[in-house]
Amino acid sequence: MGRDTIVLTAYFVSSVLFILGVKSLTHPDTARRGMQMAALGMLVAIVGTLFLHEIVTFRWIIIGLIVGSIIGYPLGMWVPMTAMPERIAISHTFGSLAASLVGIAEYYNAYQLAGGTGVGHAEMAALGLEVLFGSLTVTGSFMACGKLQGFVTERSVIYPFQNQSNIGMFAIAVLMFLYLIIMPGAQLVFYAMLALATLLGVLMVLPIGGADMPVLLSLFNAYTGLAAAATGFALNNYVLIITGALDGASGFILSVAMSKAMNRSFTSVLFGAFGSGTGAAGAARSAEGLTVNPITVEDAAMQLAYARSVVIVPGYGMAVAQCQHQVRELSDLIERRGGEVKFAIHPVAGRMPGHMNVLLAEVDIPYARLYGMEDINPDFNQADVALVIGANDVVNPAAKDEPGSPIYGMPILNVDEARSVIVLKRSMNPGFAGIENDLFYRDRTFMLFGDAKDSLGKLIAEMKNV
Amino acid sequence: MNTVVWFAQLYIAVLAGFVGYQMIARVPPLLHTPLMAATNAIDAITVVGAMVLAGRGHGWFATVLGTIAVASAMSNVVGGFLITDRMLAMFRRDSGAAPKPAAASNGRGVH
Repeated sequence: MGRDTIVLTAYFVSSVLFILGVKSLTHPDTARRGMQMAALGMLVAIVGTLFLHEIVTFRWIIIGLIVGSIIGYPLGMWVPMTAMPERIAISHTFGSLAASLVGIAEYYNAYQLAGGTGVGHAEMAALGLEVLFGSLTVTGSFMACGKLQGFVTERSVIYPFQNQSNIGMFAIAVLMFLYLIIMPGAQLVFYAMLALATLLGVLMVLPIGGADMPVLLSLFNAYTGLAAAATGFALNNYVLIITGALDGASGFILSVAMSKAMNRSFTSVLFGAFGSGTGAAGAARSAEGLTVNPITVEDAAMQLAYARSVVIVPGYGMAVAQCQHQVRELSDLIERRGGEVKFAIHPVAGRMPGHMNVLLAEVDIPYARLYGMEDINPDFNQADVALVIGANDVVNPAAKDEPGSPIYGMPILNVDEARSVIVLKRSMNPGFAGIENDLFYRDRTFMLFGDAKDSLGKLIAEMKNV
Repeated sequence: MNTVVWFAQLYIAVLAGFVGYQMIARVPPLLHTPLMAATNAIDAITVVGAMVLAGRGHGWFATVLGTIAVASAMSNVVGGFLITDRMLAMFRRDSGAAPKPAAASNGRGVH
């Protein structure tokens, strides 16, 4: 068997294993096994590549592999589940960095290296796409990580003519890309496009606020996939094309699902810095003359202790306060007293798709108890208590009743239908977009102010005494 | 690149995209975070392209870029599969049915 056959067989095997791995994710019981197979597929591909006759020296490969493993291990094992969104964002940066660097080096060599033959039109299309989306994702995803980590402000950063200039720059980058397909030898244009895309990644993310992060992360997931698939075209490597297409499809599906869950179009997330105008006006109006009902820990504990059915609604606040363990403890206590506990998960609760599910799974809450929006909404009117922990916009009835509200039309959890609603909240500061939440002022809503972790701790202590 | 090869690639991309769409549309929202981590991990297959670049010996510039690319892709290979596994190990049907693997407890709480 020739060396090429070994390599091609390895790539074929890993392609099949990757597809099976992704397929296994359709069910939580098969997922882990399937992804272990996919990891095996990756090992096969890497080992197989070492047999390529083109490779003349292993030194740099091995250095790269070792350095990468040293960086990757803590990113895999030590990152807490609450930090998953920024962890995913930084990995998009690494992934697209690899793709863009490969693209840049291929292009550079085609013109600068002695014996370089230049780049054909089709190859240029692939390289251009790879570098365009790759470099945009490198800086964009890094900025997203910064916003999630807090070293870049999480608020929308707005300046005059922002959308116009961003769209204009993107159009110029695309024109450069098209020009390069016709004239692949225009090296200056290539590097100008690279610089522009890198800059655009930063500018594109600036106006996007915290609550839009799920869409942004999904979008970068798709871009990384696109860049990888383009790399596959450029290198004529089928396994790259297949995985890139899988990743692209996943990013695309998630982006659409997230936009839908917020009742917003793709473009409005990218170009519509949220709640800058209308939100503030609406807030002032609805908050006037209304009072909230604060509740004491004792009373809240009493309600929970005697409730037969409780729905817990977690939001980003749960991740920030890192109080998922307390949530678990509280739900155990309610159950021990004979109450039934369900968890209601809004698709965009948290900062990335599925964020809440992972946090609750971490504390051993069985997944059969985690309900999606459609499944739980009919149950709210039979619930004695809905306990809202750090969620705001996803339970805001304005989405249903107030046509003027910026979130009008967004599907929400029907928390207001429960017999009683207890909201754990730090203060009365409105959510990210400054949208006032009418739910907090309703007769059946009780506010338990304070840090969520603190409040839960007191609730747990009190429940034990009831 | 000749036209036949180019079209073969296009066929593969379209078919893989289609298969991917069909499969991933059936992934429950429950697993959307692991899905993102998983696709990110397998996407790090770009490491093979980077390895060729780093090992081909076509000039120092390509070698340096290739080595950086190998390292960043490899960090996703190792980190991506580990974190996906860590997450998936946590999802279970009933509480306490299976013993908690040691790896999963590393993510607890504090920064």
